[in-house]
Amino acid sequence: MVERQPIWTFATHAVLGLGLLIVAFPLYITLAASTHTAQELLGHVPLWFGDRFVENYARALTAGGRGAGSAPVLRMLANSLVVALVIAVGKIAISILSAYAIVYFRFPFRMTCFWTIFLTLMLPVEVRIMPTFKVVADLGLLNSYAGLTIPLIASATATFLFRQFFLTVPEELTEAARIDGAGALRFFWSILAPLSKTNIAALFVILFIFGWNQYLWPLLVTTDETMSTVVMGIKRVVPTGDAAAEWNLVMATVVLAMLPPVAIVVLGQRWFIKGLIETEK
Amino acid sequence: MSAVHKRVVFRNRVLPYVLVAPQLAITLVFFIWPAGQALFQSLLLQDAFGLSTRFVWFENFERLFGDAYYLHSFRVTIVFSLATAGLALGAALLLAVMADRVIHGAVGYKTLLMAPYAIAPVVAGVLWLFMFNPTVGIIAYILRGLGYGWNHQLNGGQALLLVVLAAAWKQISYNFLFFLAGLQAIPKAVIEAAAIDGAGPGTRFWWIVFPLLSPTTFFLLVVNLVYAFFDTFGIIHAVTAGGPAKATETLVYKVFNDGFIGLDFGGSAAQSVILMAIVIGLTVIQFRYIERRVVY
Repeated sequence: MVERQPIWTFATHAVLGLGLLIVAFPLYITLAASTHTAQELLGHVPLWFGDRFVENYARALTAGGRGAGSAPVLRMLANSLVVALVIAVGKIAISILSAYAIVYFRFPFRMTCFWTIFLTLMLPVEVRIMPTFKVVADLGLLNSYAGLTIPLIASATATFLFRQFFLTVPEELTEAARIDGAGALRFFWSILAPLSKTNIAALFVILFIFGWNQYLWPLLVTTDETMSTVVMGIKRVVPTGDAAAEWNLVMATVVLAMLPPVAIVVLGQRWFIKGLIETEK
Repeated sequence: MSAVHKRVVFRNRVLPYVLVAPQLAITLVFFIWPAGQALFQSLLLQDAFGLSTRFVWFENFERLFGDAYYLHSFRVTIVFSLATAGLALGAALLLAVMADRVIHGAVGYKTLLMAPYAIAPVVAGVLWLFMFNPTVGIIAYILRGLGYGWNHQLNGGQALLLVVLAAAWKQISYNFLFFLAGLQAIPKAVIEAAAIDGAGPGTRFWWIVFPLLSPTTFFLLVVNLVYAFFDTFGIIHAVTAGGPAKATETLVYKVFNDGFIGLDFGGSAAQSVILMAIVIGLTVIQFRYIERRVVY
């Protein structure tokens, strides 16, 4: 940068500090509130942590956020983990296979397949709510892990990413593998898949967050509270109207719901940024 | 850019179909078929008891566009989306320009600013709902102290502001990362040359940095609009449930509400078709633009 006067440096950090304050404040307040008793939250707003950390989280985890109507958060966290993992791994698996077929083979209807997959980009759940629900209901998949995950596993972006990457893999590698006697599957498994490792890691971070944060779809296909994911379960614990609410337990649930994806983004920062930028290409 | 097709390919009649089968099956069963159903149902009308259905051509659409609530929901969606996108883009651009200047601590800022990306929209909604809750919220408390009564459960404008804040807050991370990547791709020599010619920081930003950043900005604008249209359902559902008095009822919330709660299948399908047209339009704009960026 050109300007090096201390005043500019100071102004820069001041603006960034303010930005951080806005980004972090809601998180901080939530964390603080989750460590108080419900009574302490009424009327006065605590700016510091209370001493009920262990009690609140233990209660939320084992007994649910708001008494009846909500499954224990531990159960919902387990559901979320299963759903997010199946969605992330499933999307990666079927996308890498279809990208491989489209790039490394010539077959009738190849481009039809490609454009059909492309169409999914234009059909988010929100625009086909009722009929998709009906399909899943007719297949008997309501209130099941299959119903929560399989309809979300198709992925145009992941397919494009792998296709894009495969096109940059030198042809010489394929030729060499073939001369050495490797068949199509051998080449995929021993050469292409290992080369795709960083792409897979980057996609995994993005897709795990995508799966964990699903809201509308689980809301539609689960009525049984023991099948609900933690993100959709939040709606059940949020107080409506003026009912005397145990905001401390609600906030503990919220913290537990956002901890895993935030941890993945922060710890897998390198892959996260790569995945974010590449999936949008 | 390498070739679009491989020169060296494998020969196998069956294998490629086996490989694309899972993706294709899911796409056809859960995407194409339901979308076709929505198109078809949008042309049907069911009687009040669900006993008979008849084909009515575009009557459902005519009914929708004659419906004051639907038009209202359209306006709400446009205001909500533009406000969310504008706020999220503006704040992110300011932060990215600052972070680009920073030499010490840039990684720390980046890490913290990334966190909201990982937070589900509904969770973001609840975080803001808690701060603005009239009985326990800290910001509602401060506003009351300043003599400004806050109650988004009664005041439609305040409710809309609250969901815009929550939605924009969550989207800042994403925009920030893209703006920062865009800024770091601008050659430093261009900026230094301008500085030598006597251009101050404001002039340089407006005449050099901002135009060079415009592809990123335009791309992000489309992404933000898609986000505000479709991904904010959780925020609306948990924070305001479309209320008070439909002040925050966006199109996606309405299609859910009319279909699942109101059980109006023809109307809901027609709404789905309109949403489909919107998302197709936005996707086409995005892809046409990306093609141009490659040439750029």
